[in-house]
Amino acid sequence: METTDIGLWGVPLAMLGGAIRVSTPFIFVSLGEAITERSGRINLGLEGTLVFGAMSAYAVAVVTGSPWLGLLAAAFAGLCFGLFHGWICKFPKVNDIAIGIALMLFGSGLAFFFGKPFIQPSAPDLPAIPFGAWSSIPQVQAALNVNVLFLIGAALAVFLWWAFRNTRVGLIVRVVGDSADAARAMGLNPNTVRLLATGAGGALAGIGGAYLSLYYPGSWTERISSGQGLMAVALVIFARWNPLGCFAAALLFGGAGALGPALQSVGVTQGYYLFYAAPYILTLVIMIATSSPSRTLAGAPGELSITK
Amino acid sequence: MTERFMLSRRDLLRTSAAGAALGLASAAFPIRRAFAASATVGFIYVGPKDDYGYNQAHAEGAATLKSIEGISVVEEENVPETVDVQKTMESMINLDGASLIFPTSFGYFDPHMLAMCAKFPDVQFRHCGGMWNKDKHPMNAGSYFGYIGMGQYLNGVVAGHTSKSKKLGFVAAKPIPQVLLNINSFLLGARSVDPTITCQVIFTGEWSLAVKEAEATNALVDQGADVITCHVDSPKVVVETAAGRGAFVCGYHANQSPLAPEKYLTGVEWNWAKVYKMFVDDLIAGTPLPNFTRGGLADGFVKMSPLGPAVSEAARKQFDGTLAEMMKGGFSVIKGPLKSNKGVVVATEGQAFVETAIELESINYLVEGVVGSTA
Repeated sequence: METTDIGLWGVPLAMLGGAIRVSTPFIFVSLGEAITERSGRINLGLEGTLVFGAMSAYAVAVVTGSPWLGLLAAAFAGLCFGLFHGWICKFPKVNDIAIGIALMLFGSGLAFFFGKPFIQPSAPDLPAIPFGAWSSIPQVQAALNVNVLFLIGAALAVFLWWAFRNTRVGLIVRVVGDSADAARAMGLNPNTVRLLATGAGGALAGIGGAYLSLYYPGSWTERISSGQGLMAVALVIFARWNPLGCFAAALLFGGAGALGPALQSVGVTQGYYLFYAAPYILTLVIMIATSSPSRTLAGAPGELSITK
Repeated sequence: MTERFMLSRRDLLRTSAAGAALGLASAAFPIRRAFAASATVGFIYVGPKDDYGYNQAHAEGAATLKSIEGISVVEEENVPETVDVQKTMESMINLDGASLIFPTSFGYFDPHMLAMCAKFPDVQFRHCGGMWNKDKHPMNAGSYFGYIGMGQYLNGVVAGHTSKSKKLGFVAAKPIPQVLLNINSFLLGARSVDPTITCQVIFTGEWSLAVKEAEATNALVDQGADVITCHVDSPKVVVETAAGRGAFVCGYHANQSPLAPEKYLTGVEWNWAKVYKMFVDDLIAGTPLPNFTRGGLADGFVKMSPLGPAVSEAARKQFDGTLAEMMKGGFSVIKGPLKSNKGVVVATEGQAFVETAIELESINYLVEGVVGSTA
């Protein structure tokens, strides 16, 4: 193996590489949750959907030999979970947050149950595009090995940002999220819109799970997620329900997560627990700096149970 | 409340053990004899029992007991190191009738297993790790562990021969003594080949964090480490990531060579089957179980994975030689003169700690040549 000593350059490079590698599940889950929350519902169950997506993608990829079929299976499984959540929440007096927590546990449990036989076998990975081929430095090549799902996620963020402002569907989702009464006056059925929005959000979360098991870290274990689905839901609030903000926040979390290992690898070894806390400290600082006692969160959908 | 429960339990024992007069302290033996023909052994794992790592090693050991006549095995996986494990133990004892329990994870011991030891004095508990102390802890508890650091020394010997960059990488979970000893042993093994070799360690802070382990492996390879090993619960992610980046790997806990057949040099594996069989043989024979059980390569508690295809002839020779030396017993990995990586003398000239030295179970330093910090 060729090695080149890159010294301290390893830290920014690791953060760039980490931002690209680690952020993809955050991007998909937070974009999915942004769609759901923009329609006025919160689906906290995406952590369970992510884990179930990871399992179903891996299982299907093992059985069929095709990672793309695995990806489809994960999206379909996520869709089913999302529709289930949307369907239950249409009944009166059902709390969407409580159902979300139930589905989070249900999704993980079901994934563990069906996933047992797939822990040992190896599945084919999703392909990556070597954007670093111009460089002769292997570390740069590795950092710029970008998975197609990351690119799809980036494109999706821009598309959703545009679609929420400029398309009929986007405006329908927003009006349902901001005022159910106004939506009914327009002849829309808020429950149907929310059902579909939650289904779409679930499908995206399933794809995020497929990335975990089929690319990075690239295997199915019951400990694959370590709470990424939950963090991504929080990112949506952090990003003020803006898809471009979700993308940026996901990159930030990915890069900050790579900081701890990268600093240790160049010899900054004291206090690594503090570096690991960096993304959370950053979140707190931004939340405090942008909060205001005199107004509600900018961009918050009016129908959300947490902001109503 | 505890007392009341004990009383009713005592009544229960009295009737079920056919009128034998039982004091609580001696209750264990008649009961055990009464059930010797069919005893139930409980195993508790902190993670999934097929994780290519720590829990799989224990579960494979437990599986070998199932063929022993009269022994039934009950298992529960993914049990957190919280009050949950107490509930698991209670249900194994009350519902399954387990008379011997192996809570296999480090954090199960205090306060969870100790609480159960007090509550069920007639059940035997053996904890995997180095926590049991005869002055402080009850006699129906005990600990067992293997001198796996020796195996990391052998990993280091092969790594030292294989590395071209003279930089090794170690992905570690938490800076507890067993982990530190493994890191030190890995480096010292490599330094027995070439004293200029260094080893970079990255602590992830948790036993199982797939994404962080992958990031740590990438960061190590980015910094030029070309042989990677680890001490985390499931080495699967580290092995696959390192091999994917073109680095060689040494395994840990179980044999991971199927994950990276070309890049897997060797690895150190637990052989719990041997240990569990020992305990169960005692249980069947009705002899008291040992409280303090330790063993190494020579005792069959740990074993090495077969050497991979990338291992050179010179490496194989030194590996075999060192292994033979260790099998004789009395081999010391930590021996003077030796300094920690903070410059503190940890072993003076002529001082040597053999694998059985109890001091090694509380070491708190990384030796010179390891780049990393324990806090």
